[in-house]
Amino acid sequence: MDKLDRQIINRLQSGFPICERPFKMVATWLNITEQTLLQRLEKLLEEGILSRFAPLYHAEKLGGGLTLAALAVPEHDFERVTNIVNSFPEIAHNYAREHDLNMWFVIATEKPERINEIIKEIEKQTALTVYNMPKQTEYYIGLYFEV
Amino acid sequence: MLLDYRDWNIIEAIQKGLPLVTKPYAFIGAQIGLSESEVISRIEQLQKANIIKRFGIVVRHRQLGYRSNGMVVWDIPDDQVTEIGKKIKNFEFVTLCYRRPRKLPDWRYNLFCMIHGQDRENVKEKVALIIEQCRFQHLHYEILFSRRCFKQCGAMYIQRNMVALDAVNG
Repeated sequence: MDKLDRQIINRLQSGFPICERPFKMVATWLNITEQTLLQRLEKLLEEGILSRFAPLYHAEKLGGGLTLAALAVPEHDFERVTNIVNSFPEIAHNYAREHDLNMWFVIATEKPERINEIIKEIEKQTALTVYNMPKQTEYYIGLYFEV
Repeated sequence: MLLDYRDWNIIEAIQKGLPLVTKPYAFIGAQIGLSESEVISRIEQLQKANIIKRFGIVVRHRQLGYRSNGMVVWDIPDDQVTEIGKKIKNFEFVTLCYRRPRKLPDWRYNLFCMIHGQDRENVKEKVALIIEQCRFQHLHYEILFSRRCFKQCGAMYIQRNMVALDAVNG
């Protein structure tokens, strides 16, 4: 990654124009040609530095359910519980974290009522309590990484 | 805002990423039978309605040297959560900041934020900076570092009504 790659990454994380020639507009801001910008983006995607160009949707406004949930999983049982939790396609991601509550996962469903069904099912299969912590207020979602 | 099938077609078409061509919205329109101008105006509407919260590149933060992510959780008096949440979100290294319910007696924390850093020390330094600048010395908090990511980190998918999520969205 050189200086131009960094400028591209920093600039494009904060938004992308919705117009006929959006890449041309961004290229103008960066003082490069549209072709250079497209080539750089292709390279950054190929190298796996960027994952994609995409919108971040507001789950609830699309009519879906969304929550963050946690489990306190005994260390020896971690693999079994991981397999159970990850077997649901609605589990969007799942992190092991260092705490008594050591497994944290996001559940994203087509219908809000499905959240509770999944939680009950996970509790039944794992014999553990699921701590359900849906967001009450969002103060910020930025996901900006300066490079 | 009520979505019709054309909006859903757009949402599906762009969820895997915008094509890297000079006229990406025309390209998408051609795939789903809409004109370029209709694709553009519908995406604008989706943004205005906050259904699309953000439109831009998604980086793999690990690849950029952000190897450690800490979920920082705070126990804040209920009547101060909004005020303190707004202070915390102003730090440029805070990527998410949400209020969530406590689960007493096991879980006392009601404000969650995500902080990424080059390593754990770097995350701790950033938390220390928040505490010092906002005078949060009296607040109880913990940093939950991630050990492993098991599933679909960074992958996301949409079906009808299904949600796109970011890797660090918690």
